[in-house]
Amino acid sequence: MKKVKADPKGVLTGSHYLDGDYAIAEGGLAAGCRFFAGYPITPSTETAERFAERIPSVGGVFIQMEDELASITALIGAAWGGKKSMTVTSGPGFSLMMENIGLACMMETPLVIANVQRGGPSTGLPTLTGQQDMMQAKWGSHGDYEIIALSPDSPQECFDLTIEAFNLSEIYRVPVFVMTDECVGHMHEKVVIPPAEEIEVVERKWYEGPKDKYLPYKLDKDGIPFMVKAGDGYRFHTTGLTHDERGYPVINAECQAETIPRLSDKITDNADKIIMLEEDQIDNAEIVVISYGITSRVSIRAVQLARKAGMKIGTLRLKTVWPFPEKRIKQLAKKIKAFVVPEINYGQVVLEVERCAAGKAGTYHVPHMGGWVHDPNDILNVIKEAAK
Amino acid sequence: MTKEDRLEAKNPSEKFLRMDRIPHIWCPGCGIGTVVTSFNEALKKSKIDLDDVVVVSGIGCTGRVAGYVKLDSFHSTHGRAIPFATGLKLANPNLNVVVFSGDGDIFGIGGNHFIHAARRNMDITVICVNNFNYAMTGGQVAATTPIGANASTAPYGNFEFSFSLPYLAEAAGATYVARWTALHLRRVTKSIQEALAKPGFSLIEVITPCVTLYARRNRLGDGLNLLKYYYDKSVIEHGADTRTLDISYQGKLVVGKFIDKEKPTFLHAMNEHMTKILGDKFVKYGE
Ligand code: SF4
Repeated sequence: MKKVKADPKGVLTGSHYLDGDYAIAEGGLAAGCRFFAGYPITPSTETAERFAERIPSVGGVFIQMEDELASITALIGAAWGGKKSMTVTSGPGFSLMMENIGLACMMETPLVIANVQRGGPSTGLPTLTGQQDMMQAKWGSHGDYEIIALSPDSPQECFDLTIEAFNLSEIYRVPVFVMTDECVGHMHEKVVIPPAEEIEVVERKWYEGPKDKYLPYKLDKDGIPFMVKAGDGYRFHTTGLTHDERGYPVINAECQAETIPRLSDKITDNADKIIMLEEDQIDNAEIVVISYGITSRVSIRAVQLARKAGMKIGTLRLKTVWPFPEKRIKQLAKKIKAFVVPEINYGQVVLEVERCAAGKAGTYHVPHMGGWVHDPNDILNVIKEAAK
Repeated sequence: MTKEDRLEAKNPSEKFLRMDRIPHIWCPGCGIGTVVTSFNEALKKSKIDLDDVVVVSGIGCTGRVAGYVKLDSFHSTHGRAIPFATGLKLANPNLNVVVFSGDGDIFGIGGNHFIHAARRNMDITVICVNNFNYAMTGGQVAATTPIGANASTAPYGNFEFSFSLPYLAEAAGATYVARWTALHLRRVTKSIQEALAKPGFSLIEVITPCVTLYARRNRLGDGLNLLKYYYDKSVIEHGADTRTLDISYQGKLVVGKFIDKEKPTFLHAMNEHMTKILGDKFVKYGE
């Protein structure tokens, strides 16, 4: 992996007052994203607007496509044309992108998609928050594959994790999702953008061997193939069909058995390196509150109240939601009484917690159907119930 | 000389094809290969650096072209070859990007992308093999099936109006539009050459027999017969009014170069406009 300092042209060094949507655009620019294709959708549009405003003086392209099918596919094309590329969307647009997210996975294309979640299904609550696309992020396209999904809980983290998303997408050649939500997307806070030389960005894994020896899907030691870009004389081919290391379609069970596990294993085998968690007072905890995004900030109040009442509460915040921190949850399940999982949906990430807890610790969900955040008292009540 | 050497030596397209992928999957008598031959010929004649030429296909019988040409080539998803090509072109404006796909792919599922890429005057060349049906999936009715033709999902004949591709392309803003039949080898070659050299959005529609499905279901004879039939039924009318180019079942086919005009491409317009508005603050892109 080759790390370099960020290109200063894209880095707006300084202390700013930004909302999460803008911070995502700034994170992309700082990470070296020079191609943005998007389609307007509330509550994510501000990211596209910011990029459209900023890119002319940075050097790159913003294009508003005709729909989200086109946006995601243009990203894949642009990535193979040599650019770091990103888009932003929300529920309905995310749904439209699903087929070509599969293409990006199959072609092993690095790119970043931010989803500023709103309440669903369907048009749902366009202007109000939700965390209902978490499972869709993992499973939304057909077939077996793995992606990476991060979940920022503040505008500052929207900036930081978008850079991280680009870095991970380049390392693993996989689409990476920044799964935020309307609250974080529209929340204004201080965002500190460091000088370019303090921002590390991962360069694409360019192939540097002899031209006639290049095979698009021949694995390197780390299991990730090298990449080239169109126009450099490699005359390579790639396809969404199941393919061999030449990138040629091979339609049989044997090739499928070789190719498909690899698309998942390159992520799951490296889960320890990818996963970022934030833990607090977890060592002697009886109850651990697991949350992500805006809900982790609402949970703080509930946890404070519970601690005041003398309860031993730890918190675990998922900055990385996918791959899921299985190992850590399994460890904790052996030591604690129960997990409490508030999220703005009818039960998604909680199912993963329950699977990993495997009956060794209780799992309690605190649902919220979207449109607003939890009342901390609702979380507190479930904590109390879990402690009984 | 081994037998293989002799075979390869005979194939003038060898330089342009992935010979390790031949034999191809197309049916004997299918017209798609003929269009690929014209494309290769155009590459040869236009003398452009082949390293700069990229082919993007969608899904379908013609969608397989990307897999056979010895160029940087992408076999994308159904209907999405044009946005894929748009991304490639904008990421690396040096590329000469060609979308090579079928009528169902480009004008059925992908129709929205076609009109918008034409509207923006995205600098890409679209070669559309029109065989009047969805072939890969077994001969279903398409947006191009003439009224009265039979298809597996129009077992009593098609009654829906079809698209006239040149009319649509012109209305959407394409700067180069031509239509030929596959047997117009030299004309197809020349049009592809012109389109490759043209800065702007180009469409070349090539009427091509699908021998196995469309021809058989409609009892139109074998591939060669139909190739010849289309050719014989064609009338060359360069510059014809695109409103007059509807195709009726086994009727007259007006072919020719209909549109060839100048208009700033997307990138050119972007650079001009931003320079005017932003002056020195604008970083020119790709020029
Ligand atoms: S099904 Fe039709 S279009 Fe497809 S390869 Fe056969 S003849 Fe050609």
